[in-house]
Amino acid sequence: MLGMLRSLWQYRHFVVSSIRNEMISRFARSKLGSLWMMINPLAQVAIYALILSNVLAAKLPGIESQYAYAIYLMAGLLAWTLFNEIVSRCLTLFIEQGNLMKKMSFPRVTLPTVVVGSCALNNILLFVAMLGIFALLGHQFSSVMIWLIPLTLITVMLGLSVGLILGVMNVFVRDIGQGVPIVLQMLFWFTPIVYPANIIPESYRYLLNLNPVYHITSAYQQVLVYNQAPQIGGVVLITVIALALMLLSLFMFRRASGEMVDVL
Amino acid sequence: MSLLSVKNVGKSFRSYRSELHRFVRWFGLSAKPSEEHWVLRNLNFDIQTGEAIGIIGSNGAGKSTLLKMITGTLQPTEGEVQVNGRIAAILELGMGFNPELTGRQNVFHAAGLMGFSAEQINQAMPDIEAFAEIGEYFDQPVRVYSSGMQMRIAFSVVTGFEQDILIVDEAMAVGDAHFQQKCFHRIQEFKRAGGTLLFVSHDPGMIKTLCTRALLLDSGRLIRDGLPKDVMDLYQGLVSKRYDMGKKELMLTSKNSVTNTEIKSTSIVMNGDAELMDFKLLNSKLEDVICLESEQELIVRYKIKFNKYFERPAFGLIVRDKIGRSIFETSTYSMGLEEKPVENGKIVVVDFVFNLNLKAGQYSFSIGVANNGYSRSEFEEYSLLMHDVKQIQVIEASESIFYGGIFNMKPTATIDLLER
Repeated sequence: MLGMLRSLWQYRHFVVSSIRNEMISRFARSKLGSLWMMINPLAQVAIYALILSNVLAAKLPGIESQYAYAIYLMAGLLAWTLFNEIVSRCLTLFIEQGNLMKKMSFPRVTLPTVVVGSCALNNILLFVAMLGIFALLGHQFSSVMIWLIPLTLITVMLGLSVGLILGVMNVFVRDIGQGVPIVLQMLFWFTPIVYPANIIPESYRYLLNLNPVYHITSAYQQVLVYNQAPQIGGVVLITVIALALMLLSLFMFRRASGEMVDVL
Repeated sequence: MSLLSVKNVGKSFRSYRSELHRFVRWFGLSAKPSEEHWVLRNLNFDIQTGEAIGIIGSNGAGKSTLLKMITGTLQPTEGEVQVNGRIAAILELGMGFNPELTGRQNVFHAAGLMGFSAEQINQAMPDIEAFAEIGEYFDQPVRVYSSGMQMRIAFSVVTGFEQDILIVDEAMAVGDAHFQQKCFHRIQEFKRAGGTLLFVSHDPGMIKTLCTRALLLDSGRLIRDGLPKDVMDLYQGLVSKRYDMGKKELMLTSKNSVTNTEIKSTSIVMNGDAELMDFKLLNSKLEDVICLESEQELIVRYKIKFNKYFERPAFGLIVRDKIGRSIFETSTYSMGLEEKPVENGKIVVVDFVFNLNLKAGQYSFSIGVANNGYSRSEFEEYSLLMHDVKQIQVIEASESIFYGGIFNMKPTATIDLLER
């Protein structure tokens, strides 16, 4: 563990320049550049808002703004995109970087770090864009938003650990790389992001508690839509899960590091 | 303490009946791999500071696997590799270059991948830029580069920092002649400054000029560790052994195991079909010589005993310099001599007569016997190859001009003053 951190520190320059290069090369020769990073999820919000707001707006309890649904959507999507992006990128990370891992000797732990760094950066930009829209819609900000910092950390941890476990296994069993995107898609729709939790029949609602992402999105929604602190119980639960998964994933990552190069 | 020490290293690639077994094994439960494929085994050697090591072996011998274990990208399955210094490896030039970034940004990134800090890179940057010699392209995206330019950048980055060990894996064949010369020069400079070199190449000349020691790998084993010349001879013997379509097992040795104790040689590859009985170096008066003035006539005479019927036997001669570089080689087949079959048990005398126009120094002679030539210098069967059977000391010709190089080209020259 300590060794990992030490080599990360030694390669900090590489991590930073990797993140920067990723941004540069992604938006090289495009006029709007990094704006696209915000346009994509916001377009998604616009589409859902346009199509679903009339159907679902009435179901949002305790909020009277006509834009409530759009705000609700954005809150959930902010959490989901971060989680989704980290998992999907970690999933194929080692396969994509296989050639590099075979040819160059560098601490492997820098690879997921770069992913986390660039996803977090994307997420921050998206958040800034959302804040702008909130202001336009007349939604109020409050100091409760400070909760987003720990929530983001937990989301990153959960995404990273799930992504690492799947990514490591994907090197050996490539079916995982094919299956996981489908599972993620299902997870998205089983999580109350585009719809409020209360449209699920009372008798089935307890099932939501089994979905770890639900605890995160609902906390985000609590903070951003209702300006309230999230339910501590859910946050603690998900933190414990994320920490446990993190340990498991780091353990697997370490054990697999040597073997991965053999089969890449 | 040696700079690099490889102790009983082996590498196997394991496959499991089910990948589940692999996962289970990470958690400490025992699961037997269904198949273990050893690509390297029982490697032992130490490398001291300042050595230049050539690693030789045919494709699939395990050279790259060994280098990957030394650089640390692959973990040895057994044994250990100890490195007490910084390694720079040119395993594949241009690895991880991003086409959208400029040369400078890529250099920055690649050097970061090697673990250098921003200050160190900034410090080395002017030198790297100067060595790459690609002018204003350095600040343009790599996608507009020619592949040669990418190689230049890549080579410059890897060699642009202070290293203890430089690993070069067949990367020298890239770039134009000028840049190759530069690379070669830089490697030699690195050597002169006390750097340690690990070099993989199939080019015997490169290995012999650049290296002080060579390792020969064959099917995952280290079969020889010694002087480049000897190891290279053995390797070439191995290659011709593969080439030989005959059924007989070849004897491969570097010791003198021929019955005739008067004949010595540094390495012998033979299948027993032909034996060298006698070898003589004669001057024009047919006297034995060990020393001859340059540009005098020399007769190389050797006797071969045949242990089977040869349909179209051919006899070869190689003249080599002190470090084993071939100066001249030919065979009776390549010279277009009439080929006559030879019966089992017969002895043949071969004479090569030529003007020994070579610069003063020591040269040695190698001989070969083969059967059924085709193409220009290929044979269906290689029966005997003996290296460095005899040496000769060439002394400066009394009448000759003074010159450098390998031989006297006997030029004529004129100097005229240009009237303006």
